[in-house]
Amino acid sequence: MEKRVTIKSERAEYRLFRSRAFVAAALVFIALAFILLRLVFLQVTSFEHYTKLSKENYQKRIPIPPVRGLIYDRNGALLADNHIEYVLDAKRDDVKDMDGMLKRLMQLLPITPQDVAKFKQKLRVNSRFQAVVLRKNLTEEEIAAFSANRLRFEGFNVSVRVQRNYPLGSVASHLLGYVGRIDKKDLKNVNKEEYKGSTHIGKTGIEKYYESRLHGKAGYELMEVDAHGKPQLKLDDEAPIAGEDLYLSIDLELQVKAEELLREYNGAIVAIDPQNGEVLAMASMPAFDPNLFVNGISYSNYNALRDNPDRPLYNRALQGSYPPGSTIKPMAALSGLNAGVVTPSSTVNGKGFFQIPGNKHRFRCWKKVGHGHISLNRAIYQSCDVYFYDLAFRMGIKRYSKAMNRFGFGLKTGIDLPSERSALMPTAEWKRKRYDKFWYPGDTVNTGIGQGFFTATPLQLAYATATLAMHGRKFRPHILRATRISRNLPEKLVTPEQLPSIGVTKLRYWDDVIRGMVNVVHGEHGTGRRSGAGAKYRFAGKTGTAQVFGIAQNKTYDASKLRKKLHDHSLFVGFAPLKNPRIAIAVIAENAGGGSKVAAPLARELLDTYLLTDKQKEEIRLKQEAKTQKKTVGEQ
Amino acid sequence: MNNNIGTIIYRWLIAIDLVLIVALILLISLGTAILFSATGENEAMMNTHTIHLILATLVMLIASQIPSEMLNRWSIWIYLFGVIVLILVLVQGTMGKGAQRWLEVGSLRFQPSEVMKLAVPMMVASYFSKRNLPPSFKDVFIASILVLVPMLLIVKQPDLGTALLVGTAGFFVIYFAGLPWKWLAATAVSAMIAAPLIFYFGMHDYQRQRVLTLFNPDADRLGSGYHIIQSTIAIGSGGVYGKGWLNGDQSRLDFLPERHTDFIFAVFGEEFGLLGNIILFGLYIFIIWRGLYLASQGQDTFARLLGGSLSLTFFIYLLVNTGMVSGVLPVVGVPLPLISYGGTSLVTLMAAFGFLMGMKKRKKGYGQSSQ
Repeated sequence: MEKRVTIKSERAEYRLFRSRAFVAAALVFIALAFILLRLVFLQVTSFEHYTKLSKENYQKRIPIPPVRGLIYDRNGALLADNHIEYVLDAKRDDVKDMDGMLKRLMQLLPITPQDVAKFKQKLRVNSRFQAVVLRKNLTEEEIAAFSANRLRFEGFNVSVRVQRNYPLGSVASHLLGYVGRIDKKDLKNVNKEEYKGSTHIGKTGIEKYYESRLHGKAGYELMEVDAHGKPQLKLDDEAPIAGEDLYLSIDLELQVKAEELLREYNGAIVAIDPQNGEVLAMASMPAFDPNLFVNGISYSNYNALRDNPDRPLYNRALQGSYPPGSTIKPMAALSGLNAGVVTPSSTVNGKGFFQIPGNKHRFRCWKKVGHGHISLNRAIYQSCDVYFYDLAFRMGIKRYSKAMNRFGFGLKTGIDLPSERSALMPTAEWKRKRYDKFWYPGDTVNTGIGQGFFTATPLQLAYATATLAMHGRKFRPHILRATRISRNLPEKLVTPEQLPSIGVTKLRYWDDVIRGMVNVVHGEHGTGRRSGAGAKYRFAGKTGTAQVFGIAQNKTYDASKLRKKLHDHSLFVGFAPLKNPRIAIAVIAENAGGGSKVAAPLARELLDTYLLTDKQKEEIRLKQEAKTQKKTVGEQ
Repeated sequence: MNNNIGTIIYRWLIAIDLVLIVALILLISLGTAILFSATGENEAMMNTHTIHLILATLVMLIASQIPSEMLNRWSIWIYLFGVIVLILVLVQGTMGKGAQRWLEVGSLRFQPSEVMKLAVPMMVASYFSKRNLPPSFKDVFIASILVLVPMLLIVKQPDLGTALLVGTAGFFVIYFAGLPWKWLAATAVSAMIAAPLIFYFGMHDYQRQRVLTLFNPDADRLGSGYHIIQSTIAIGSGGVYGKGWLNGDQSRLDFLPERHTDFIFAVFGEEFGLLGNIILFGLYIFIIWRGLYLASQGQDTFARLLGGSLSLTFFIYLLVNTGMVSGVLPVVGVPLPLISYGGTSLVTLMAAFGFLMGMKKRKKGYGQSSQ
């Protein structure tokens, strides 16, 4: 037994430590000697064996990246493909007399001093195992010239680089997204083995959402290499499997038209096929050229895009949270009917403003003199604010919010694109959590006309309109329409996902609301009657003018005195034809003014583009040309 | 002013143990040379490495200024903080790769098990510094609990490798405190009994695989066995004199995975041969010896116990890494100390050496009773 000391003795403890340290040092020595012995075994006893192995160990597994799937529109128009590019590159160790060779190369091929400077810089920084590109985009003549002289340029090679290409540039850029060089963060979400030979990966949009389908499966070659690492003999291989081709539901003609129409504005257009949720067009303007991102965007280009006050990188259709304004009145009307707070024939006295009983604050109607006694139908086509203030107030925020959620407001649609926003269908709980404040009845009143805390994305607006057009039948919006595994196989269609329908107590409520929307564009007093004039088909719509800027109680809105950024947003939602609707759209033009003035005519042009036959379109074009000719003749 | 700065610099300089510093500089120079080769002469990585070195040196200088009484007082708080964070990680930890090792605070990612490598030996040393040594059964029991709690929390992550390293660091303190030899033998025997139990019941499949691979690397030629096969070929073909700096074809030709991090020892062995290995081990043994010496000169029990544990932990890293690369221990993600690429391990190790130097400076002379 060890004797226990009762007083803490520094000296004894020191001695104890010394003895322990000696034993430890001895153990350290023994353990490391054991490892050294192992090393002697490896490096002396088995030296020959391992030298032999190392000479045989000239097998190298070279990954072969798969070819990325192509992206088409619904009619087979190409949206993204792979562009083959020839480059001149070299590895640091393979070239003797680099400076002399570069000089001679510059005489043979058009190579700028900048190319050389960049090449030398990269050569210095990169690992010596990595090939560095000297010249990109070699032409066939240049390749021929180089090949004829290749013996003089030992170490330099012409390599093939496959590069993602977006042939239409900025068209549908937000939707398609882009690929870019793989970084560490990307590798966390994928199987690293599959990406060993790949250089690019989907970063945004469809390219990101369907990365796993587009990428394909990597193959490899097992090569015997010589002492310098140069492949000599193929021992085994496995071919890569190309990624799937994707057919989007986008109609290119409609998409291009939508982008053209928005050229003068910042804004977004979304068009959906109500019968199945296919997105026919999704435009967000301004747009950007995704090709810039493929090989790493330059700082100056990126800064220009990022610092542009119009925010071209931002997908307004999916992420823009706008006050929806009067465009939600049809959905609000249906919710009111269903809740029983209004009937198709009940009226409200629109005297130009609404007051909560016992409160002095006046919620004003856009029409100062008021609409008089007004029923549901007229409240929709003349967009009476007072009617909907009253409706929302009597429903109460809890019921109203829940009813509007069923149209998809305040919820993500679940579309097959990354970074969708849910925007906001406010509730009392939300306000308490967000601002730690009570919900006032006045807050409810504002949501009745799509203002206040209420915001929606253009996608949500189009989705809600499609739902309305289908009398409550809902299909999840989606962009992927079909896929194709191989060029020899037929396309496989994606089945649309039907969601639980919105049930109403009386089926005719749908028609009551839709009649109001038809009168918006075809009625004598509809707010959008100019956009409906001369249409070859009947459609339903609703204009909206969303306030960006709060106006004091006793002031009036005067666009000429406000900065452009504070001007009202112009909105329109609609669908056509009335029976078996084929298209539902939402248009928003930021700071463009009234909905009837800008958004409604744009929507009409889009509907024409989609619904008219080529012959009808031609007629319209000729008529317009004649008109402008007459005009110019008259002016002369 | 000038005088003040002069005094500070003087104080910092006398705190540095010149013998240890020279050995460290030699080792790090050798390491930097081999890192240059292992990264494929990558200038960008060498620049980062330089920044790591500067940072680690600064941390060492600062650590050498912290009096051991202060460390002693901090121990319990650092330890408690570490345990709480480990629990938090288990509760809310991110589920990346099926393992929960990181705690995310805003954009900062934080690996609490890394802190425990220092916090556990500090805590145990602090506990013993207030008791009579050699310890009673009760003291050893409490100390074991102090080691086992964070260990089990780390095993749960699951990160068996780090858990064992943390446990070892704590165990070394108990050993230096004077754990009776009889108990030590008993521990060794129970560890031998526990080993197969842990293997069959306490390990994840991938961990079991790594152990199995050790005994038969050929069974898994392209998986975890690949590492061992390639690293032994690289070392073995280096021979007595090595293939020369920047001339290791095995490591050059991309056969060797992780050649600049965990497997850098294979590059060293291939290019510098057995002679290089002997010099390298000589330097390491010298540094460990000097660490133990500095610890024995420590001003109080806490300093000695912590210093001893830190020195032996350094040795364990060396043993586990070189054992793994030369194919006698299983593949565990432990870097070659002071040589592998990576800032975290370099800074932690240099901080430990800073503490060791600080202990020597303030020694009051040993053999005196502090009562």
